[in-house]
Amino acid sequence: MKQNWLLYYTTKQKLFNYKLKKTLDIMSVLVFAENWNGKFKKGTFEAVTYAHETAKKLGASTTAVTIGDLTDDAAQLGNYGADKVISINNNISTCDNQGMAAAIAEVANKEGASIVVVANSNTGKTIAPRLAVKLSASFISNVVDIPINNAPLEVKKKAFSGKAFEKTQSNNDKCVLALAPNAFHITETTGSAAVESFDAATTTSKITSTNIETAMGKISLAEAEIVISAGRGLKGPENWNMIEELAELLGAATACSKPVSDIGWRPHGEHVGQTGKAVAPNLYIAIGISGAIQHLAGVNSSKVMVAINTDPEAPFFRAADYGIVGDAFEVVPRLIKEIRNFKANN
Amino acid sequence: MKILVCISNVPDTTSKINFTDDNSEFDTNGVQFVINPYDEFSLTKAIKLRDQHGGTVTVAHVGSANNEPTLRKALAIGADEAIRIDAEATDSFFVANELAAIAKDFDLIMTGRESIDYNGGAVPAMMAEILELSLINGCIGLEINGNNISAEREIEGGKENLSASLPIVIAGQKGLVEESELLIPNMRGIMTARTKSLNVVVVQASEQRTTSVSFEKPEERATCKLVESGNEAELVALLHNEAKAI
Repeated sequence: MKQNWLLYYTTKQKLFNYKLKKTLDIMSVLVFAENWNGKFKKGTFEAVTYAHETAKKLGASTTAVTIGDLTDDAAQLGNYGADKVISINNNISTCDNQGMAAAIAEVANKEGASIVVVANSNTGKTIAPRLAVKLSASFISNVVDIPINNAPLEVKKKAFSGKAFEKTQSNNDKCVLALAPNAFHITETTGSAAVESFDAATTTSKITSTNIETAMGKISLAEAEIVISAGRGLKGPENWNMIEELAELLGAATACSKPVSDIGWRPHGEHVGQTGKAVAPNLYIAIGISGAIQHLAGVNSSKVMVAINTDPEAPFFRAADYGIVGDAFEVVPRLIKEIRNFKANN
Repeated sequence: MKILVCISNVPDTTSKINFTDDNSEFDTNGVQFVINPYDEFSLTKAIKLRDQHGGTVTVAHVGSANNEPTLRKALAIGADEAIRIDAEATDSFFVANELAAIAKDFDLIMTGRESIDYNGGAVPAMMAEILELSLINGCIGLEINGNNISAEREIEGGKENLSASLPIVIAGQKGLVEESELLIPNMRGIMTARTKSLNVVVVQASEQRTTSVSFEKPEERATCKLVESGNEAELVALLHNEAKAI
């Protein structure tokens, strides 16, 4: 009994000290500004904006950290709210997530960062959890908005593959947040960030990249503003020309449903849905996709959804904002023509 | 070669997601639980690798006794033994730290890219960091040659080939094996699974670094506006003027 009381008392005391410490700390928010071949990505600007908005709420400053040689100007991160940029000189391959996390952790410790923001990209996903371990921080991923509360830190994140949101609280005084792509609006201001260069301790990579194969010029599905997606209603892989034409016209990425990737009509990388990729574009156009619950889970974060399907009973019509009941082979070519007209007049 | 596959127990992909009345917890009423689909690709690959190179496949899971059917299914499709760490899995660091304590004795540690319930995608990278190992995330191809491995992973807009060595953490997804290669338990498998060992391990009380506060469902969308087929110009106008999407 006495022990229980003691435990209760010490826990209370700890919580009080923790809250006191929190309010007294001058906080610093660190954000990893990812680049691909020297260029910043859209997700990078989202993460920097997010870090800045969070820092503003907490009365803290924002420091961005970059890794390796850049072709983009690091100082431009000031336009998204970074007060300072620390540019790590070491060139670390993106497959060496261990090395990247170690270098960022070094900067986080040097800066005394209490919050570290990382874009939840392919690379970010491998680095952010490692950082949390290195910094003895809590980790919350797929975050969609700036913290609701500080002390303890509480944020809203996606859960159940887009079927729900969850509010989660951090139990540690340091926290690593991974920001869901396309969830947070980029705000450009005019700011300037001083750029400092930094040499991180060198580590030997235990992993080597031997070959990279990318479809050059193709828009990344995770970051795309518009996604044109097609399903089994297209009847065969040879009919994807019109999908690609429509995508090119709108500057969109192409995607597909699970059955289409399972039969091999389209590469697995294009499969969106609960067991494929989750996307959250401004506009999602689903052509010949019935709209199974697993598919909708992966796409319902899209701002506007359009369904084109021959079956008026297709579940997608209950989830979409706009729809056309009709044959894709007639509707899509007409839609392409109308968009061309629209583009010519606007 | 000793292979460990870490699996989680998740609601079937067709599940409707509901919460308890105060929105504090996931309502498991009437929900069918399955092996996390991403973990299943890794488990199938692990069984193939064992059949090819020899060794054992152990599955590990953090969860309560209610989740044992999922472990028995993993044994039925070919895993050699199972370990259940007796705790509720609520925080990714907790889970990774508990699994890492077991994983340190293995040559190859496999799991899925993320679980389809909480989608943290954190456990593989955290395990790798705790064990000071390399991680290949989004792995879509894996070959083992002695101590060396060659792998393929998905990157934005393409793929990358990698070479590394054991021990390593691999987080798989579709492509590591195809959907059609996934194993279905047969009667013999189910019978032998009953005799395979399923060890229950007590937790070593890892830190819980996050706490779930509440859940909410996305806002319902307004009713779909239907445009007549043949009137695509109207759709374009709506997307431009009303939705401001183009």
